[in-house]
Amino acid sequence: MPTAEELKTRIEGALPGASAAVEDLTGGGDHFRAEVISERFEGLSRIEQHQLVYEVFGDEVGGPIHALSIKTSTPGSTR
Amino acid sequence: MNNQEIRDFLQNAIDENRVMLFMKGTPDEPRCGFSMRTSAALNAMGVQYAAMDILPDPRIREELSSLSGWPTIPQLFIDKKLVGGCDIVMEMYESGELAEALGVEQPEEEPQAPEAEAPQSAPLGLENRLS
Repeated sequence: MPTAEELKTRIEGALPGASAAVEDLTGGGDHFRAEVISERFEGLSRIEQHQLVYEVFGDEVGGPIHALSIKTSTPGSTR
Repeated sequence: MNNQEIRDFLQNAIDENRVMLFMKGTPDEPRCGFSMRTSAALNAMGVQYAAMDILPDPRIREELSSLSGWPTIPQLFIDKKLVGGCDIVMEMYESGELAEALGVEQPEEEPQAPEAEAPQSAPLGLENRLS
């Protein structure tokens, strides 16, 4: 079962320079929320930004990771 | 119905409905909190939209995700383009971008109430074609 810490490590490993905060929403290892800040998101639409994060996990989202809620931003943005 | 036919049906639904929501359950009876919030946001916008329940057959979801490149449900399409799932739709709702994308005025009230109003459009069914 994946842990929040593991998800954070994988996101930060796949998106160089990214900083991720991952929370296990239910404590059950299957519903997560990730807030990711990365320069890679610059110039991308929100959907493209989220797709970059989903790509890290491939088929696991919808499988062992039942739900992954994502919020993305760039270092320069105020949000 | 084979996988290609399901895929064609989904593509057709996206092409023919300006606002197309794929969800778990229906706007009247959502079967997942994320689907519920997304359809409630659309209801609050007062727009007509088509909704399809992806639960009746696992192949619907498989084909949809391979078509859209998006792993989770719900998925909202506006003008044949994937707009996002629950997180993005809610963010866009709050920022006013959803109203803009739909071409309507931002409503005064927040879509807090999960007991969403009845949708204006009937859900799109695929069940009876899945034999």
